Amino acid sequence: MSENLLSIEDLDVEFRSSSSTVKAVNGVNLTLKKKETLGIVGESGSGKSVTATALMQLIPSPPGKISNGKILFNGIDLLTLSKKEMRSIRGNEIAMIFQDPMTSLNPVFTVGNQIIEAIRQHKKISKKEARLEAIAMLKTVGIPEPEKRIDMYPHEFSGGMRQRAMIAIALSCNPKLLIADEPTTALDVTVQAQILELMKDLQQTNDTAIIMITHDLGVVWEMCDNIIVMYAGTTVESGSVETIFKNPLHPYTWGLLESQITTDVQHNEKLPAIPGSPPDLRKPVLGCPFVDRCPYSEEVCHTKKPEYIEVEPGHFAACHFQHETSRLEKKEGMFVD
Amino acid sequence: MGKYIIKRLFDLLPTVFVVAVIVFIITRLIPGNPAAVMLGPTASVEDIEKLTTQLGLDQPLYKQFLDYLLGLLQGDFGTSLSYNQPVAQLIMERFPNTVILALAALVIALLIGIPAGMISAARQNSALDYGVMLVSLLGVSMPIFWLGVMLVLFFSVNLGWFPATGMGTLDDGLLSYIKHLILPSITLATIPMATFARITRSSMLEVISQEYIKTARAKGVAEFWVISKHVLKNALTPILTVLGMQISMLLGGAVLTETIFSWPGMGRLIVDAIDKRDFVVVQGTVLFIAIIFVLVNLLVDILYKVVNPRVNYESSKGGGQ
Repeated sequence: MSENLLSIEDLDVEFRSSSSTVKAVNGVNLTLKKKETLGIVGESGSGKSVTATALMQLIPSPPGKISNGKILFNGIDLLTLSKKEMRSIRGNEIAMIFQDPMTSLNPVFTVGNQIIEAIRQHKKISKKEARLEAIAMLKTVGIPEPEKRIDMYPHEFSGGMRQRAMIAIALSCNPKLLIADEPTTALDVTVQAQILELMKDLQQTNDTAIIMITHDLGVVWEMCDNIIVMYAGTTVESGSVETIFKNPLHPYTWGLLESQITTDVQHNEKLPAIPGSPPDLRKPVLGCPFVDRCPYSEEVCHTKKPEYIEVEPGHFAACHFQHETSRLEKKEGMFVD
Repeated sequence: MGKYIIKRLFDLLPTVFVVAVIVFIITRLIPGNPAAVMLGPTASVEDIEKLTTQLGLDQPLYKQFLDYLLGLLQGDFGTSLSYNQPVAQLIMERFPNTVILALAALVIALLIGIPAGMISAARQNSALDYGVMLVSLLGVSMPIFWLGVMLVLFFSVNLGWFPATGMGTLDDGLLSYIKHLILPSITLATIPMATFARITRSSMLEVISQEYIKTARAKGVAEFWVISKHVLKNALTPILTVLGMQISMLLGGAVLTETIFSWPGMGRLIVDAIDKRDFVVVQGTVLFIAIIFVLVNLLVDILYKVVNPRVNYESSKGGGQ
């Protein structure tokens, strides 16, 4: 356990409004070792981003609140830290990049200004030195003519360049952990590949661990060592990439994998989709949260919440029926709408 | 940018011309013969006719207008009928007083209004936010003449802290000068202050939910700087627009405030001139105020570029927006 860089235990996050409470994250568990890449996958609203935002303690409060759990980073529970102590970790030891590079850079400050701000936030160096570091950082992330580009504004950059600049900001203080919240979703495919390649390279040179939040399983296969599958605010399955892709145990994971485009798909053929929609998180979920959409559900699924257990070493799943027969049945196209 | 400013300065000319025409027509619509008003009720018909001829009021309107325009081209705003002084000179005597009062009011309004709006936005839906918004609602809806009179009653008559009327001179010392300035500038600052608080709050709230604010927080930037650097600079554009309108209005002379406090500024000059049917003065001052409006607007347009690098005046297509 001691080599874990990060471990999240039983994390609950709720959002309160005057009429109801939404449990956006409900008992999330995950661990991450140094230099490892962990993919968090799941559909929209499954609590992926909320988990990451809670980790940075950037949940807007009110209405949001971390109501339970522990976030151990290097053995320290981040939830017990003061605001000031948390600020010295944010951007310094844990950095984050966001989905849309068009909106995640401040439009009224130069790119250089925003990188220098990140550097000077955590390092006691002069503006001049920070500027040199920022230029070096821009060069590292592959922006040509960094001496010139540093004084440009975000609107003078292309989408790919902006995401590179975001990565430069995030990596400027050599963080131990980088959270990438759908970093390539808003980019076109060729740029996506470049950005992923860049992140991989930088991870290797800087020994950074990465949490990659995505709904793109191709990105996960490309980038990650381990995966966590989230559904309705809970972790339903986790394990190494190979295990999850080749031996998935949870019916939701099957559905996710089946709904991907593969080379087997014929032209104009309808892709399999998981019928139905996730449960209303304003109401308490009694049994398995996936029960209404699961083709294998039985009586017990409605009444008892499945435990999140280690089925084989390193492979966890939360399903009452993690047995061979049900897995074989999925081949019969149960998820075709 | 330089080209743009020169172009805008040329644009001033047609605007000023149109204003001159409108002002000329409106002042001629004021009922009453100025000559009769100036000479008083006891004047004889002959005297009135004599003065009318002397003032050129018997000339056809187009002739009066042409003379007026020719004068303007030479920088001559005309000569006041009642003061017997060139209008330009009258304006130059009064305008500095108005500027001093306007600046004092503006400083108060900005120093209180903008931070109040910022705090309100940063603590949205808190008791503090509701308090600030309630006070600012009172501020924008306060009748100025009533507020001015109440301040005089309380601070001058009851407490005797500040003089009730007039403008101090520097000969009596700086303290006396400032004492004379305080009540009128607070009165004049009330509406702009409340307006700034409200526009700052709403504009900041719009920015606060943007993704790049999350980026700033994720970098570890302290909340104070997130609000006062990242949010404020993005929220400045609408604030600047309102600032420009308020400056123009304040420099145009605060008619009510100057009347309550007998402040010898532009506002009172206009009121007195209307009272005396001194339409030459009315024409001149209104035209002068119009020019100030246009100049302040130009200044605001230039400042947009300073706070928002995406504003592009050089190409007709515009910048990133």
